[in-house]
Amino acid sequence: MNGAINIALGHVGSISLLFSHTVKETVRKRPEWPVILDQMHHLGVRSVAIATVTALFTGMVLSLQTSYSLAAYGAKLFVGDIVALSLVRELGPVLTALMVGGRVGAGITAEIGSMKVTEQIDAIRAMAANPVRKLVVPKVLAIVIMLPILVVFADFVGIMGGLTMAVFTLNQPAAFYMQHVVQALSVQDVLSGVGKSIFFALFISLIACHSGLTAEGGADGVGRATTQTVVAASLAVLVSDFFLTKFFLAF
Amino acid sequence: MGDAFVEFEDVHKAFGDKKVLDGITFEIRRGETMVVLGGSGSGKSVLIRHIIGLHRPDRGHVIVDGDDIVDYDEEELIPVRKKVAMLFQGGALFDSMNVLDNIAYGLREHTDMADEAIREVVRRKLALVGLEDVEELMPSELSGGMKKRVALARSIAMDPQCILYDEPTTGLDPVTATTINELIRNLQRGLQVTSVVVTHDIASAFFVGDRIAYLFEGHMHFVGTVEEARTAREPRLRHFLSGGREGSVATL
Repeated sequence: MNGAINIALGHVGSISLLFSHTVKETVRKRPEWPVILDQMHHLGVRSVAIATVTALFTGMVLSLQTSYSLAAYGAKLFVGDIVALSLVRELGPVLTALMVGGRVGAGITAEIGSMKVTEQIDAIRAMAANPVRKLVVPKVLAIVIMLPILVVFADFVGIMGGLTMAVFTLNQPAAFYMQHVVQALSVQDVLSGVGKSIFFALFISLIACHSGLTAEGGADGVGRATTQTVVAASLAVLVSDFFLTKFFLAF
Repeated sequence: MGDAFVEFEDVHKAFGDKKVLDGITFEIRRGETMVVLGGSGSGKSVLIRHIIGLHRPDRGHVIVDGDDIVDYDEEELIPVRKKVAMLFQGGALFDSMNVLDNIAYGLREHTDMADEAIREVVRRKLALVGLEDVEELMPSELSGGMKKRVALARSIAMDPQCILYDEPTTGLDPVTATTINELIRNLQRGLQVTSVVVTHDIASAFFVGDRIAYLFEGHMHFVGTVEEARTAREPRLRHFLSGGREGSVATL
């Protein structure tokens, strides 16, 4: 047990170090924007489909479930409020981070990990370049920029999913549903959701890069690192969500 | 010696409980080709990786061109790494980039050269390793021997004063191996670079080397010229050079 705690704390420590290196390298030299844009496309734009499907069906299910459970209290009219609040404050950021994190995190670890085991990371260092600046900074920046955008987009898609159910199965007028959505949401709700997603983006990207950079062995080492990333990134999102929610509720 | 380019002074390195280098002291002279011989897993790659700070010794000093680099951080190592290039065992070409971008990597990172000038340098370096019109190919489209050559072209792109070769002929057929050996020798003669070749390929060692060092179980058991190595009586070196038929590895 002690060993496991030590290993976990060791990981937290070296991920924090990677974070401080990343910040240092971002500030020290002008980031390479063409590379970052390419990563934004790769990691962000290509995640739109997965984020859309996740949000759409979550919105639809939320709408159905709340109308079903609220019917007993005669509060079916508040479907719009509940769908909007749960999506924007909680499910939009968390589910998007989990889905996109799995996709993007696994990809990053596999890429950096296989570079590590074929000495390409050493080659970068040997050519007097910095692997953190070359590989980690563009990926972290790309995800930190793209995940909040994806979350806002997912919020919108989810609310629209809820709308279709409200209209077609609850026979609510669309305008009525939307009116409730708009009334229920405050700026704080949106900001807390987007704020959370920035932290999620940092956790996912740093964990993924760290696992890749520390991968060892051959293909199986990269495989293990990739699995580790998906598990660790998902747990980080779910656990930190609780604390971030408490934090943002304070405002 | 005043003309040493790299000096190891009592270098110790262990990974966990495994002692890899156990008090290495030797020097590599300016302009010579030093071959570090040793069996698989004897720590010879670890040894040369110390020269550009890819590994840090647990104890001892590594002096490159007059500077003790042991306590250097990544930033301070930049000038050292510009002076000393390394050819990795598998080539370590960036597989997301084509040949041109691979070779141009250091130039784009450290110089403000125009794209046209960079292309010209890349073309010339490729010609030096006997390749042409491969700039647009991806590493996955190259054969093993071509990968090694492209990697070699990448190593010499920044005109280093010293090149470290990690098993340059391992995994190549004899003919390609000979070509690579000739390239190493020509580069050393033509460009006057100091070369350090790590290998267990004896034929290659005697072909490219000026001096030979023999590493066994963390110790340097022999350092001398190629001729001296041929006639040396050191039992462990004899054992290695004869493929186990002569000498002995018994600890004396």
